[in-house]
Amino acid sequence: MPGVKEIRIKIASFKSTQKITKAMEMVAASKMRKAQDRMRASRPYAERIRRVIGHLRLANPDFRHPYLIEREPKAVGFIVISTDRGLAGGLNVNLFKATLNAMREWQDRGADVSMCLIGAKAVHFFRRLDLKILATVTHLGDRPHVADLIGTVKVMLDLYKEGKIDRLFLVHNVFVNTMTQRPEVTQLLPVVTEDEDKLQKLWDYIYEPSAADLLEGLLMRYIESQVYRGAVENVACEMAARMVAMKAATDNAGKLIEELQLIYNKARQAAITKEISEIVGGAAAIES
Amino acid sequence: MASTIHVDIVSAEGEIFSGEASMVFAPAVMGEIGIAPRHAPLLTTLKPGEVRVQTPAGEEHFFFVSGGALEIQPHVVTVLADTALRAHDLDEAAALQAKQRAEEALRARVDKIELAEAQAELARAVAQLRAIEKLRKLRRS
Repeated sequence: MPGVKEIRIKIASFKSTQKITKAMEMVAASKMRKAQDRMRASRPYAERIRRVIGHLRLANPDFRHPYLIEREPKAVGFIVISTDRGLAGGLNVNLFKATLNAMREWQDRGADVSMCLIGAKAVHFFRRLDLKILATVTHLGDRPHVADLIGTVKVMLDLYKEGKIDRLFLVHNVFVNTMTQRPEVTQLLPVVTEDEDKLQKLWDYIYEPSAADLLEGLLMRYIESQVYRGAVENVACEMAARMVAMKAATDNAGKLIEELQLIYNKARQAAITKEISEIVGGAAAIES
Repeated sequence: MASTIHVDIVSAEGEIFSGEASMVFAPAVMGEIGIAPRHAPLLTTLKPGEVRVQTPAGEEHFFFVSGGALEIQPHVVTVLADTALRAHDLDEAAALQAKQRAEEALRARVDKIELAEAQAELARAVAQLRAIEKLRKLRRS
């Protein structure tokens, strides 16, 4: 029988762990809500810029920017967005699995793969593998800023422009709901524009400066905004996953405490019984 | 005929302004421009400066933009504002930094300390599991 005192100490330690996981759960819940708001806030920009690009393409049908031209995919690039911290259940692992699957698919087709990593967990994971990692950025915090992403995105865009990669993908978690987050691979380059019929009738714009420069700047910003959105959404996913994981941990700790409490009561009772029987035994010995 | 123009000012990190205006001023690359309703369609880039929006009620709103793009259609003005100061050299520097970080991360690879740490953690977890198993058995007996 383990000592009564040891069990009591173990219970106390479980209780303090439970307190921590409970606190983390609540913090994650409030951060998740804020991240969702930011996710929503980034939507109008992406939509508008997409529409402007659509208008621009409509007005200049014969003008082709490299970002819009489909090329034979000989080399592909991946931008992977992960979290900085752990304790988020299987969120990152699922994301890395999806990335590896997508990568293998391209490698089987003989394409060269290069990576750009966002988030400390991705850096940790992918540097063990023998891969071409070209750019990283970590510790964006709970509020990523576009300014922090410009550099990493530019590295990949430059590669694309130089013809060193022919396709660029973004891998990040999609926030379905609090319980479900799904890793998703989306194509960034070449840019897939929406159906042209959906756009409004075209105007002939006045351009200042040239149409080519404008399109270049707009496309770059469009891709950055996609990556930014991915980063913000990933924060929302991280918080949701952590909330769920911490809830499970809190519940488990509660169960363990219950079990231990029973063992503790038994051990205590056994000790008391033993003591009483010793006293009774002793008294009987004196009386006789 | 409508004597107002709809203005949307958005940045990647959020919507800044949306509403009707009787006049809008924006710092285009070629110089500040004033936009009245039914302006000719125009697409231009912005330089850092101030966007002024005059509402039909006579109020005036000021927004600082650090650059971006401006799209004008006869009844809609869209300002796609940048959230960060952009310049070719600055972007270049940011890209360089990102590359350097990648190189550093690769150089560090998996060192021995990390492996030892992981092993210690594993041993601790196994011990804990064993302890829990034992307690469970005790309880059942």
